[in-house]
Amino acid sequence: MTGDRQRFTPLQRLLHWLMAVCILAMLFIGVGMVSTVKPKYLTLVSIHKPLGIAILALALVRLAVRLRYGTPPLPADLPEPMKLAAQLSHYALYVLMIGMPLLGWGMLSALFGGVHLPAILPQSDGLHTLLWNAHFYLAFVFFALILLHLAAALFHALVRRDGVFDAMAPVSSHHEIAPAE
Amino acid sequence: MAQPHQSSARSMFGSLALIAVVIGCGAAAFAYTAGWFSPQRLTPDKMVDALKPPTGEPLGHRRNHAKGICFTGVFEANGAGTALSHAQVFTRGQYPVVGRFNLGTADPNAPDATVRVRGMGLRISTPDGQEWRSAMIDPPIFPVSTPQAFYELLLASASKDPNAMKTFAAARPEFAAFGAWATSGPWTGSYAEERYNGLNSFVFTDSSGAERTVRWSLLPAAQPMSVSPDDLAKRGPDFLEQEITERLRGGPLRWTMVVTVANPGDPTADPSKAWPEDRRTVEVGTLTVEQIEPERNGPCRDINFDPTVLPSGMRTSDDPFPAARSSVYAKSYDLRTAEAKDYPRTAKDAKP
Repeated sequence: MTGDRQRFTPLQRLLHWLMAVCILAMLFIGVGMVSTVKPKYLTLVSIHKPLGIAILALALVRLAVRLRYGTPPLPADLPEPMKLAAQLSHYALYVLMIGMPLLGWGMLSALFGGVHLPAILPQSDGLHTLLWNAHFYLAFVFFALILLHLAAALFHALVRRDGVFDAMAPVSSHHEIAPAE
Repeated sequence: MAQPHQSSARSMFGSLALIAVVIGCGAAAFAYTAGWFSPQRLTPDKMVDALKPPTGEPLGHRRNHAKGICFTGVFEANGAGTALSHAQVFTRGQYPVVGRFNLGTADPNAPDATVRVRGMGLRISTPDGQEWRSAMIDPPIFPVSTPQAFYELLLASASKDPNAMKTFAAARPEFAAFGAWATSGPWTGSYAEERYNGLNSFVFTDSSGAERTVRWSLLPAAQPMSVSPDDLAKRGPDFLEQEITERLRGGPLRWTMVVTVANPGDPTADPSKAWPEDRRTVEVGTLTVEQIEPERNGPCRDINFDPTVLPSGMRTSDDPFPAARSSVYAKSYDLRTAEAKDYPRTAKDAKP
């Protein structure tokens, strides 16, 4: 952890916002495709699968970049429960970013004759059901966590104004702030 | 310094309100996309619910065309189909087939004579790793024009209201043609004597990139022999499965695959409308059924005959049914695999 940096590196910020767009699109496509019989069903499914693999690849790159460059420190005056919540929610986000595509991929592997990707699991009725349920319900957990993440980010940006949001903002809004503040 | 304090309290309240609005809108957009605000939206779940037969959910079985028997064989392409599509399945050669004769009922135990619609699921695999899956039925046209109308048909047929079907037929006049076939069309005593029609249209692309909208059918080599429904009712509940097993002992069974090309302006989006008789047809090959196996342990059991699984050189058209079938078949597949214990493979040759 390099504690002296105030903001995430440009690469980390790029990955964050790119993945934010991809993951939100992915979650909306997911709930949309399982609730329609219209022709867009096929279009949505055909985006969902490759986009999932793209997110998996981006998440692994992002994890490596994070291990290499670390994160800026949280504000010293942040109450301990908030610090803990911040850390735990970020672990959960990483688990889901990597886990959801793997569950989806595994699900297609366990399905009979389902994928053009190499199968990562054997075909199995029981396994398919387990993975399908996990993939489905975790999608809602994932979205709830993203809303929580967004609420916390806005809380830092608008209420606490402690620089946490600025650390990940695409462009810094505080570059001319007087040191006194 | 009351003034700044008040204004900062106000600004903090405003910020919290803004956050609440942003989160609320995000959650609402997600719920809307998931259909939670649209009870009218036709979902795969609703379609599957509407398919439920009076005998109860067919646990472990397909949600429709629940009764069936597996077959294996080959599709021998004669090469003529390459004029329509560059899919490998049309280049002259033999390609392995796994298929399923089935009945258009959601009750896996329905007596064969009680089911009007008979079908065939087909999966042809080619060496390039691609598959052509299709599920065809024996009526010459589909009962209705849209998936929504099919859903209404399911509700009407299950309804206790004695006028439900009359009301439905009045609202969906296209149903009359199917109704006429169902009441006065011939019945046969064998899966081997049926013509199986794809009914849905698809777009074929040839090697020059030219596109044509087509439908396909399998024409039986066996001569259809008309049998009255009353006579069929006297046969055993599984007479079709027994007959096809018995008939195959006398040698393989054949169908000719014929692709019909639409003219511009033909109703490609509506499987309840036949195309005029004079349309160009191309005989693309022969399906040979070589072996029959019961579904329980058979090779077709786990296949989802999803009509949108197509090789390159074929794609879906403006016909709304293949997408709807794909979404509902996926739901049916998820359900029946989750219920595999209710339809166990027999121990003798169960999978390891």
